[in-house]
Amino acid sequence: MRISRKSWSNFTSHLVMIIVVFVVLFPMVYALTVSTQTSKEYFRFPPRILPGTGSPDNYRDAWITGNLGRLLFNSSFISLTVAVGKIVLSIIAGFAFVYFDFKGKTFFFIMILITHMLPLPVRIVPTYMLMTHFGWVDTYWALTIPFFASATGTLLFRQLYMMIPTSLADASRVDGVKPMQFLWYIVVPISKTNIAALFLIEFIYIWNQYLWPLIVANAEATRVIQIGLKQLIDTDAAVDWNIVMAGTVLAMIPPLIILIVFQSSLIKGLSLAEEK
Amino acid sequence: MQTTFKSSKWLPYLLLSPSIIIVFIFFIIPGAESLYYSFFRLNITGTKKYFVGMNNFVRLFQDSEYIGSLVLSFSFTVCVVFFGLGISLAIATVANKKLKLFNVYRTLLIWPYALSPAITGIIWALMFDPSIGVITNILERVFGITFTYFNNSTHAVIFITITATWKMLGYNIIFFLAGLQGVPGEIIEAAIIDGAGKWRSFWRVIFPLLSPTTFFLLVMNTLYAFFQLFGLLHVVTEGGPGRATYLLVYKLYRDGFISMNVGYASAQSIMLLIIVSSVMLLQFKFAERRVFYGT
Repeated sequence: MRISRKSWSNFTSHLVMIIVVFVVLFPMVYALTVSTQTSKEYFRFPPRILPGTGSPDNYRDAWITGNLGRLLFNSSFISLTVAVGKIVLSIIAGFAFVYFDFKGKTFFFIMILITHMLPLPVRIVPTYMLMTHFGWVDTYWALTIPFFASATGTLLFRQLYMMIPTSLADASRVDGVKPMQFLWYIVVPISKTNIAALFLIEFIYIWNQYLWPLIVANAEATRVIQIGLKQLIDTDAAVDWNIVMAGTVLAMIPPLIILIVFQSSLIKGLSLAEEK
Repeated sequence: MQTTFKSSKWLPYLLLSPSIIIVFIFFIIPGAESLYYSFFRLNITGTKKYFVGMNNFVRLFQDSEYIGSLVLSFSFTVCVVFFGLGISLAIATVANKKLKLFNVYRTLLIWPYALSPAITGIIWALMFDPSIGVITNILERVFGITFTYFNNSTHAVIFITITATWKMLGYNIIFFLAGLQGVPGEIIEAAIIDGAGKWRSFWRVIFPLLSPTTFFLLVMNTLYAFFQLFGLLHVVTEGGPGRATYLLVYKLYRDGFISMNVGYASAQSIMLLIIVSSVMLLQFKFAERRVFYGT
C-alpha cells in the first residue's frame, strides 16, 4: 500500500517534470522545425512538428542574405576574447587580494565591487562618447576592452583562494617558490572548475549582448549576430519565418554548445558563487 | 585572512592594475559623467554645453512618456518576478523528489539560459504570428480570441511579459529545486506529525527555509526585467504599438541615441542608478542578516 502510493507520487513528479521540460523546450524545438520547412509546409495548421524538406534552401538563404558567416565570426571572436580576458584579469586580481597585504586593498576591492552598481544603461552615453574620443566606434576594441574587468569573477576566485589551506602557500614560500610560480603551478590548476563556470557565464553574456553592439559597432565589419537577426526579420515583404528561424537556430547553437559542454562546472561554480 | 607573500611591494598593484584601470576608465568615470551631464543640456560630441540645474529631472516628471515608461517598467517587473517565481516555485514543490532522471530534467531546463532576449523574442513572435503562430491559432480557433501584439497595446504588454517570464523559467526552477532539496525531510515530517496540513507546513516551515533562494532569485529576476530585455523590445515590438512597450532602457535609448538628447538621457541613467542601488542595498542588508543567522 505504502509502496504503491509512493510510486504513484513519483509518477506524478515525473509527469510534472516532463510537461515542464516540454513547455520550456517547445519554442526551441518549434524554431528548429520551422527552419527546416518550406513556406508551404509551415503555413499548414495544425503545425507539423516533424522536420520539413526546406533546410538546405533556408539555411543557404539565411547565410547569404544575412551575411551570417561574418556575423557569427564577429560574435565568436568577441565572446571568446572577452571571456578569456575576464578570466585572466579576475584570477590575478583575486590572487592579489588573497595572497598580499598592501595599502589600499579595501579601497581597490570596493572599487571593483562598485561595477555591480553601474550596469551599462547607467553610464551608456558617456561611455559611447568615450568610444568616439578613442576612435573605437565600429572596431573590435569597443566590443572587448571595456568588458575585461569582472566583479563576479574577482569575487569567485577570491572566494576560492581564501579556502585553499594557508599551509600550502607557506610550504611553497619556505621552499623558495616565487609568487608568480605559485600562481601558475598551484593556484591556476586549482581554479579549473571556476574557470569553466566563468567562461560559460561570460561567453553567453557577451554573445547575447544587444544594446552596446547596436550603438557602438553596427557597421558591416563589426556587426554581431544578434543585430543581424533583426535585419533578417526587417524585410519590406512578409517575414520569411523559415529563413529567419534558420538564422535564429545558427545564432543559438554556439552558446548552447558551450552551455552543454561546461554545464557540470556551472552548477558547481555557481553554487560556490552563491555561497557568498 | 592569509597574507603570505610579503616580499614584493609592487607585485599586488601590478596584478590589480588591469582590472582597476578598466574599472576606472569605463565604469567610474562614465558613471560620474552621467551624473555631471544630467545637469546640462548638450550635444553628443560634448562641444556645446549649457548648465540647466535640475531642469532635466523636472522635465522627466513632466514627460508623460517617461511617467508611462516608469509605471510600465515597474508593473512589468512585478509581473515577471511574481509569475516567474510563483510558477517556478509551484513546479519545483510538486516535483521535489530525489528522482533518477532529475539530472536529465535539470540539464534540459537550463537550455533557455543560453538564449538572448532578442532570439527569445523572435521565436515567440513566430508563435504569436497572426497567420501561422501556434499560440495565436489556438487562441483564435479554441477561444475565439484574436491576438495581435503589434497593434493592440494590452496584447503587446502580455506578449513581452510571457516571453520574458518563459526565458527565466528553467533557471528559476533549477534554483528552487536545489533549495528545496536542502530542506531536511524530517522537518517536513515533524510539521505534518504536529498536525500542520500540507499547505500550512509549506508556508510556515518550507517557505521560510527557502527564503535565501527566493531572495537571490528575486534580485536576479528584478535586475533582469529592468535591464536585460532591450534586445527583445528592439527586435520585436520596437517599443510599440505607440509607446506601449517603452521600458525604461528603451526610452533611454530613444532619447539618448535617436533624439540625441544627451543631458536628458543622462538624467534617465541616474534614475536607473537609483533603482539598481536600491536593489543592491536590499540584497546587501539581507545577505548580512543571512550571515548573522548562519553563525
